Amino acid sequence: MRLTRTAALALATALTAGPALADLNFPSLSYRTGPYASGGVPFADGYADYFTLLNERDGGIGGEKAVVTECETAYDTTRGVECYEQLRGGQPLVLQPMSTGITYQLIPRMTEDKLPLLTVGYGRTSAADGATFPWVFNFPATYWDGASVAIKYLLDESGGSLEGKKIALVYHNSAYGKEPIRTLEKLSEKYGFTLTTIPVDSPGQEQKSQWLQIRRERPDFVLMWGWGVMNSVAVSEAASIGFPMDHFIGIWWSGAEPDVLPAGAGADGYKALAFTGVGDHYKFYDDLRQYVTDAGKGAGDGSSVGTVQYNRGIFAAMLAAESAKKAQALAGHANITPEEMRDGMEALSLDAAALEALGMTGFSPEIAVTCQNHRSAGKGMMTQWNAAEKKWVVLTDFIEPDNDVIWPLVEEDAAAFRAESGTVQRECPAG
Amino acid sequence: MPIWMLDTIEVIINGLMVGVLYSLVALGFVLIFKASGIFNYAQGVMALFAALTLVGLQSGQVPFSHLIKAVTGIEISHFGWELPAIVAILLTAGVMVIVAILVERLLLRHLVNQEPIILFMATIGLAYFLEGLGDLMWGADVRAVEIGLPQGGSLWFENLTKGWAADSGYWGMYIDKLDITATVIAGILVVSLTLFSQYTRIGRALRAVADDHQAALSVGISLRAIWVIVWSIAGIVALVAGAMWGAKTGVQFSLSLIALKALPVLILGGFTSIPGAIVGGLIIGVGEKLFEFTIGPMIGGATENWFAYVLALVFLMFRPQGLFGERIIERV
Repeated sequence: MRLTRTAALALATALTAGPALADLNFPSLSYRTGPYASGGVPFADGYADYFTLLNERDGGIGGEKAVVTECETAYDTTRGVECYEQLRGGQPLVLQPMSTGITYQLIPRMTEDKLPLLTVGYGRTSAADGATFPWVFNFPATYWDGASVAIKYLLDESGGSLEGKKIALVYHNSAYGKEPIRTLEKLSEKYGFTLTTIPVDSPGQEQKSQWLQIRRERPDFVLMWGWGVMNSVAVSEAASIGFPMDHFIGIWWSGAEPDVLPAGAGADGYKALAFTGVGDHYKFYDDLRQYVTDAGKGAGDGSSVGTVQYNRGIFAAMLAAESAKKAQALAGHANITPEEMRDGMEALSLDAAALEALGMTGFSPEIAVTCQNHRSAGKGMMTQWNAAEKKWVVLTDFIEPDNDVIWPLVEEDAAAFRAESGTVQRECPAG
Repeated sequence: MPIWMLDTIEVIINGLMVGVLYSLVALGFVLIFKASGIFNYAQGVMALFAALTLVGLQSGQVPFSHLIKAVTGIEISHFGWELPAIVAILLTAGVMVIVAILVERLLLRHLVNQEPIILFMATIGLAYFLEGLGDLMWGADVRAVEIGLPQGGSLWFENLTKGWAADSGYWGMYIDKLDITATVIAGILVVSLTLFSQYTRIGRALRAVADDHQAALSVGISLRAIWVIVWSIAGIVALVAGAMWGAKTGVQFSLSLIALKALPVLILGGFTSIPGAIVGGLIIGVGEKLFEFTIGPMIGGATENWFAYVLALVFLMFRPQGLFGERIIERV
């Protein structure tokens, strides 16, 4: 009898476990298991550690404790939606699904439920149009921004002209991988380069045909929109055929340590876009070490601190926390609701002084979100892998994308979404 | 020779080499199916588990370090030494034998005389268990296989073939040194397995069990011992496949998906023939590469995954038992 009562008590405790009503609820849709866990674990650790830092150092956000409840998706869309169904009752302030597939499923659900959705560097690009997608945010940059930033970088590298150059895009044969094609086609018309698109079927463990084609056609540059094992295989194959690695550029999801380490020395010189700084030399890391990792309060074993995905987790948490601070300021109270959080996200502004105060100068681009523009400036920077020292090196400052090309495409796609879904564009204040 | 012809030859050679890598995975399936009639869904995960163990042991990683930390608070992730590649390979082979013994003791022994579908379902469970165990033992990090396998294209072959083109501007043919190594190892493996099967007492017992379980039992052959031996050999084949594919892709959890590449090979070559696995792999490798090279560009590319299955299905229509499989004759 006692055992039954204890079991019932334990069950009741488990069922009711979660953030208390007064806490700020920032759930984490993590993927610590499955084929993409090598990237999912450090991201989830970084996300959790930043909120631990705020709780330990500042006593939370505006005096309210931040609570991170993890739900494991294994990067599986069905499980991601199940996680959402579990979490939505707890009134999460913002959800970051870390998967474009889950994002597409959650956009209509979260719009209906009036809960904010933030997709940092992934998701639906045209959600940048805040007038059409009031509950979806994709700052600081989208895939289309990534394509444009890569081309702008190559323009600089090629003395200001890409006329007559050949650029190949090796892409994951999925909706994600196909995202940059239209942008690159527009940019090829504008700058006069020839674009060849080379798809790789998921998961991408075998890419001999694709790299033999590249070897035959000898493009001047190769861009890659890959994910998971596809990245490491592509980097290895490129090194094997002797393609100049400094002419090979990956999108940010093809630019973490697991993507280059298997290729060993062959990966040296490979470049990738980034929307956060790399390494652990930024000022905020002093506090993070003091209050979290060295204090034994880190989510992981500390081995991933400073890696690309860990830094992205930190960055995603910082964006959520700063949005919450803004929301508290706008609402005039600390215990904000998801609707107030949305207002905070839409008014988020992180200029150079704000980033300096956060200890994130050079780590984060400046952010300015508006009702109309939910992706901010779309800036990215170029990084390069140093195989000898096993670390990424920042090559450039944050580069602005070609907004003359990008924004009309965003508006066009958002208009198509409105026509398809019957959504009405809301009025945004001018400017 | 015109360049297009040299390009076609290059595609065929590379297709053959890739086909050998597919065959390496298919071999493990064939061995177990031949001896016990079980389609081992866990073969791909066994390759992953073997590769994780190889890399973990070689780098001196402490297994279950996260679990140890979580339970005891003791943080110990490395032993502080690194093993020579050959020692790590032998130890991993030993681990795969232990896995085989445990599979027989804890799983197969309790399912003797069950329907094949039950045994198949059991291997699905085994696959997920091994995947979780691998994660728990060695963590989710992507790691490189560093056992001295050669990497990169063969410059010697490239220079040799550079002058074969009638036109200037030909770069020479490309062959990956890792693929050449895989071909040699696969050849040694097949010859060894054939010799073992034909000329040893255990090999004859294996063939007897494969031919007729009941008859083999009646002459005193232990079915359980045979199962342990077969699963051990399949585990060692999985280690070879895991190491080769791991050297190409890095050791990561998607390594288990290489099993998907073996299925069309099995359909084509037959589930019960070792030469079938090799020939099937070669046909699939060349077929998919040639199709991608010739037709792929006209239809948007990325044809290899599905074309391999189409090719296998075409063969299936004419030879349902596969090219080298045993013809199934049901007498009423």
